[in-house]
Formats: sequence, C-alpha cells, structure tokens
Amino acid sequence: MTERIIPIGPYHPLQEEPEFFRLHVEGERVLRLDIQLGYNHRGIEKLAESKSYDQIIFLVERICGICSTSHPFASVNAVENLIGVAIPERARAIRSAIGELERIHSHLLWLGLAGHFLGYNTVFMWAWKARETVLDIFESISGNRQNYAMFKVGGVRRDIRDDLAPGYLAALDRLRPTLDLFRKAVEDDPVIHARTKGVGVLTADDIRAFGAVGPTARASGVDVDVRRDDPYAAYDRVEWKVCLGSNGDIHDKIVVRLLEMDESLRIIRQCLGPLPPGEIDARVKGVPPGEGIGRHEAPRGEVFHYVRSDGTNRPARYKVRAPSFMNVATNVKAVVGGTISDAAIILAAVDPCYCCTERAVAVEHGTGRRLWGGDDLVRLSRDRTRRLREEMGRP
Amino acid sequence: MDELRNALGDLAEGWEERHGRRLYCAVSRERLVEAALRLLGRGLRFATASATDMRSAMEILYHFSIDREGAVLSLRVTLPKEDLVADSLAPHLAAAEWIEREMAEMLGITFRGLTDTRRLLLADDWPAGSHPLRRDGEVPG
Repeated sequence: MTERIIPIGPYHPLQEEPEFFRLHVEGERVLRLDIQLGYNHRGIEKLAESKSYDQIIFLVERICGICSTSHPFASVNAVENLIGVAIPERARAIRSAIGELERIHSHLLWLGLAGHFLGYNTVFMWAWKARETVLDIFESISGNRQNYAMFKVGGVRRDIRDDLAPGYLAALDRLRPTLDLFRKAVEDDPVIHARTKGVGVLTADDIRAFGAVGPTARASGVDVDVRRDDPYAAYDRVEWKVCLGSNGDIHDKIVVRLLEMDESLRIIRQCLGPLPPGEIDARVKGVPPGEGIGRHEAPRGEVFHYVRSDGTNRPARYKVRAPSFMNVATNVKAVVGGTISDAAIILAAVDPCYCCTERAVAVEHGTGRRLWGGDDLVRLSRDRTRRLREEMGRP
Repeated sequence: MDELRNALGDLAEGWEERHGRRLYCAVSRERLVEAALRLLGRGLRFATASATDMRSAMEILYHFSIDREGAVLSLRVTLPKEDLVADSLAPHLAAAEWIEREMAEMLGITFRGLTDTRRLLLADDWPAGSHPLRRDGEVPG
C-alpha cells in the first residue's frame, strides 16, 4: 500500500485553535506525524520586555483562554522568587483556591471535548453545564468568568468575602453527584472502554524523553506535581494527594483528571472553610536586579516562568514555557500505530493549548489590514445572523 | 544537592544559589551536553531552556527540575556575540528539540547537531536573518 498524507489543519472543524498535523498513513494505520506550529504566535515574551511587572501579570493572564490564572500564578511565583518575599497566609489560601477552581473548570471543559471527540455529546453537554457552577463562583469572586485578575506580586488583588465562602462551598458540593456520574461512566461504559483503553499509549520513558508534564505524565505513572514537589501558595498547608494512572492510555488520562477534580474540591474546602484571617498583600516595593524562576501546576501541567531583572521596572527577559509546549510533542509517539479514527481523541488527550504553546496576536499583519474592534465583531455577527435567516427564508 | 555538585564536579565553572531552592551552574559551551547528560542520568527532568541577549554576549540557561527536592538547577552557558554556536541537546533528548528551534529563530543561535532546522513559531514570510528577541538591531514591524 502507498503512504498517503492526511492533513488536519491548520484550520479544521476538529480543532478549536489553529495548528497543523500531517498524518502519514498507510491504509487506516498512522505511520508518522509531523506537527507544524506558529499559527497562533503573538510575541508575548517580546511584549513583556516593554511592560512593567504589574502589567505583565495582566499580559500573561491573556496567554491562555481557558486556564487564565495559570500564567499569572507562575509569574508572581517567579518575581517573588527573584525578590525573596513571603506572602501573607490569607493570600496563599486565596491563590490556591483560585488555582483549584480553575483546575475543575478546565478539566470539565476538556472532559466535555473528549466526550465530543468520542461521539458522546451527552458528556459534552453535561460537563459544560457543570463547569458553569465554577464560572458563576468566579464571577461572584472577581466579576469575571475568565481573566479573574486576582494575582499581584506580594499577594492577591482582591479578597474573597468570608460571608460568601460557605455559599461557594455549598455550590461545589452540588457538583459531586455529577462528577460521580462521570466517574462511573468512565469505569463502566463498554463503549468508552473500547475507544480509550490501550489507545494512544505513552510509556514512562516516552514521558521522560519528551519532558511531558501534568495529567499526561501522571497517567503514565510518572509521579510529578510541582504543587507537592516545590510547594507554593497554600499547597503544603492542606491535605491532598497526587493522582496517578499506570497505563498511559487515553482512559487513564480521563481517570487522572476526574480524580484530580475531587482533590481540587478537597483543597478548596480547606482553603475557604474558613480563610485564614489577616492581610492579603505584602506590599512589595520595586524589583531588584537578579533572576527568578516560578512554577505552577496548571491543569495541563507545570507552567515555568523565568524572569531576569536589571533593576528597572521592566524585565530584561521574560521567558514563558507552557505545559502544552512539552505535551503536544508527545503526539508524534502517541498516534503512531493507531488508526486514523483514533487520531482525533489522541491529539486531544494531552488537552493541548496552542495559545500557550506559542504565546504568540499579530492582529495587524504587514500594512493596510484593519484592526477589528468590539463593535465591528458585533456587527459581523449580526450581519451573519441576518444573512442566515434570509437564506433559510425566515424573517 | 551535594551529590549533584559532585556529579558536575570538574564541569562546573561557578555556582550561584538563589532564594527558594534555585541553583545556577556556569559551564563552558564545549562541556554543556556532557553536563546535561550527567544531570539527566541522575533523574533530573529537563524543563526548558531560555536564551537572553545580554548585549555584550548571549546567555543560554538550560533548566532542569530536581523534582524530589523541589528545586531547579540551571546550567548557564555564555556565547560570544560573534560566534553564536552551541552543541544541540536534541540528539540526546527529544524534549530539547522545539526549544532549540525556538531559540534559533528568536535569537539567531545555531545549534550544531540539530537536524530539524525549520522555523517553529515565526511566520514563513518573516524576514530571514531577523531575530525578534535580539536587542542589538531593529526588528521589522
């Protein structure tokens, strides 16, 4: 049989973000994968060199559209590592609570997509409905469903009100039956087993070779989690455990993420019930010359930020390494030997985030192309709706 | 930590320790791959690398996570501006390939032994020879 190439991307209905996978196939079998990136490069690291440390937190919050607090979390850890500052207990608890709320909604988002890729759109609907509970809590805490702007060097920007915390915990408790339902479905459903067990396997050696992190690594039994290994915020002040799989297949990646949501609920309960009293900000003044490294265990794995200061109010270098940068590369191993029909779920199994991988918006490319504002986008949307109605013969 | 210091032994040209379990070890570019392989052989995890244009020279840090101790050990290599060539770690470690391709396009460093030298992130029509994170020249807009 001859080798053929099936292109997926750079723009494809299977993908939420642009990336280009070339599947080299012989019949149904995938022989090789070539990954091409760069369709989402926005030059964030370059931009960071012209921003103050306060502005950088806002900038890096916009790297990822899903786990928007992951990069601010690593950023404050990096700058605080450079300065050598200790932050108040209450700020620690708030940071960990925000980080774990985010993990729950990010894992639910992925679970929904995984269901969708397997042809289980009920899972998609249920998971995204459950996710709304968390987004409502975020809206109550910060005013925003995404981009919460909670973090600042030395603490947090906004308190969580003591009188509202019990309500958040009660809402999260109401999520438990839904999470149990998902876990039972993954344990028992023969179709989910058939589609995920032994599919897209990564061995512990593969994980180490690619430097993969997060649930992708833990599903293969590689016991890494910077929340435990290099504790920060309140992670060494609460009881929780790292969740591991053993088979490295899609099934174990689902199980690890489901178990992690339970641990996140435990952590949030200990952080918020009740919050430690006191200040939320160490009031940091200035950043001295030096260098710092900050890490955060984001929903997809370790986020790594390196900052170099020359003593001015802007960094001389700001390096961002997202977990997907390491995890996406594992696909060249995971899809090989499988069938084309499994490629969609395998490529989705590391929960890839291309915004993060490429940190990369050149909205205006070259010259002469206009920038789209909010009003323009609303107008475009309305125009399209009107056109569709006309085409369908509806007034 | 002491075990790692001994492991690097003669390769280390200087150690710095920073707040919160962060170690930086200077090595010469000729010995970088050897040093990295010694760390990987002792179970350290390659996290990433970061290159910085220091104006007078180029500096690359290879960051390794010591997961069992919650620390990060970074190997520091300094390259002269007129000779931006370093040995590639990618033939020994798949995890290093993408970040070396990124450093090559963003800062103009050549990695000897890196077989895939295509651009990773920059657009195909980005001008050749222009490296966005360099601080010694104009970057086209």
